[in-house]
Amino acid sequence: MPSLKDVKMKIVGVGKTKQITKAMNMVASAKLRGAQARIERFRPYAAKYRDVLAELSSKVEGDVHPLLMEHEEKKSCAIVLVTSDRGLCGSFNGNIIAQALKLAKDKSAAGMQVSFACVGRKGRDAVRSAGYDVFTAYGDRMGSIDFALASSVAQEVINGYETSTYDEVWLIYGEFVSMGSQPPRTLRLLPLQTPEAGEVAEDDAKPSCEYVYEPQEEKLLAELLPRYVKVQVYRGMLDTSASEHAARMAAMDNATRNCNEMINTLTLLYNKTRQASITSELIDIVGGAEALKG
Amino acid sequence: MGTLQLEVVTPDKTVVSTAVEMAVCPGVEGEFGVLPQHVSLLSALKIGGLKFRTEGKDQYVFISGGFADVNDNVLTVLAESAELAEDIDTARAQQAKERAEKRLAEHSERIDTVRAEASLQRAIMRLQLAQLR
Repeated sequence: MPSLKDVKMKIVGVGKTKQITKAMNMVASAKLRGAQARIERFRPYAAKYRDVLAELSSKVEGDVHPLLMEHEEKKSCAIVLVTSDRGLCGSFNGNIIAQALKLAKDKSAAGMQVSFACVGRKGRDAVRSAGYDVFTAYGDRMGSIDFALASSVAQEVINGYETSTYDEVWLIYGEFVSMGSQPPRTLRLLPLQTPEAGEVAEDDAKPSCEYVYEPQEEKLLAELLPRYVKVQVYRGMLDTSASEHAARMAAMDNATRNCNEMINTLTLLYNKTRQASITSELIDIVGGAEALKG
Repeated sequence: MGTLQLEVVTPDKTVVSTAVEMAVCPGVEGEFGVLPQHVSLLSALKIGGLKFRTEGKDQYVFISGGFADVNDNVLTVLAESAELAEDIDTARAQQAKERAEKRLAEHSERIDTVRAEASLQRAIMRLQLAQLR
């Protein structure tokens, strides 16, 4: 049986851990609120972009832009992996990384050279240790993501695609579905899949041929498409950031609960030990008294 | 004559959302004005100032390039960054201008001239607009 002092120390220790996990939970929830607000603010921009692009791409013939064209020979593939910088958020990063590595394996099996662009330290470290090539990495930036960062990541893969350094580009991030669900999401960035025109057409009943384009459709598309790639990368970053905090909240909530459970068990043990020691002391005294009597 | 709704949206926030009597946008093929009941239009914008009039008063917004979409009496401007003239940080713009000028003056191979020029243009435009407030 452990000594009384040992158990007491253990209870204090677990209590301190509980304080930390509780504090982390609260910090994560505050940060989540901020991240969610950013997603909300970004939504109208992204939605408008999708509408405009859908409208425009319905007007121009198929493969008019290099970013829309499939490369005939597929020799290399770039994966943009967005993860968090820090751990302690349950299986969140693990899930994203597993998905990324699976995709990389599939692509390698198909005879493609796979290389990674990583945003977030966790993903970078995992990909490096798995032995894949990392051509750009942005560590410790998830706390301060902005459009400029997304823009430079996107620009790099766009350049690579245009010069045929990469024949396919994929984006993997943690989608923020709800507080309880942040599944990894895989999305093909390039060649671009233009959004469906169908949903838009229903919204505004007016025939779209009334539109005046300045400059012509093709030139406008050439301006719009690279920006759309950036918008998608930015969205991936915002989502990952919100998901990270949500996942951490859940993980810390669990940890706090486990601490409570542990404290309960330990307290029980403490009381038992205390009672046992009192009993044995009493036996000593009673035994001593009996001996004196005799 | 009525008004039209102007929305200036950036990835981080909605900068302007108001009813205006008129707006003048810096289109890539020249400035163009948008009045209420304008025909549907989609245009690319260059770095410049967007002017809009509310209740007879002119106001300016800095636009770092992007798109303008007119549809159904709503003018939506999508820009990577946009600031109202009174929110422009003059000191920062001045610094950016000097930095870009220095870069361009160096004529070094390593420097992305296109980017430096764009950043110089943005800085100059910001400074110009800041004077109009």
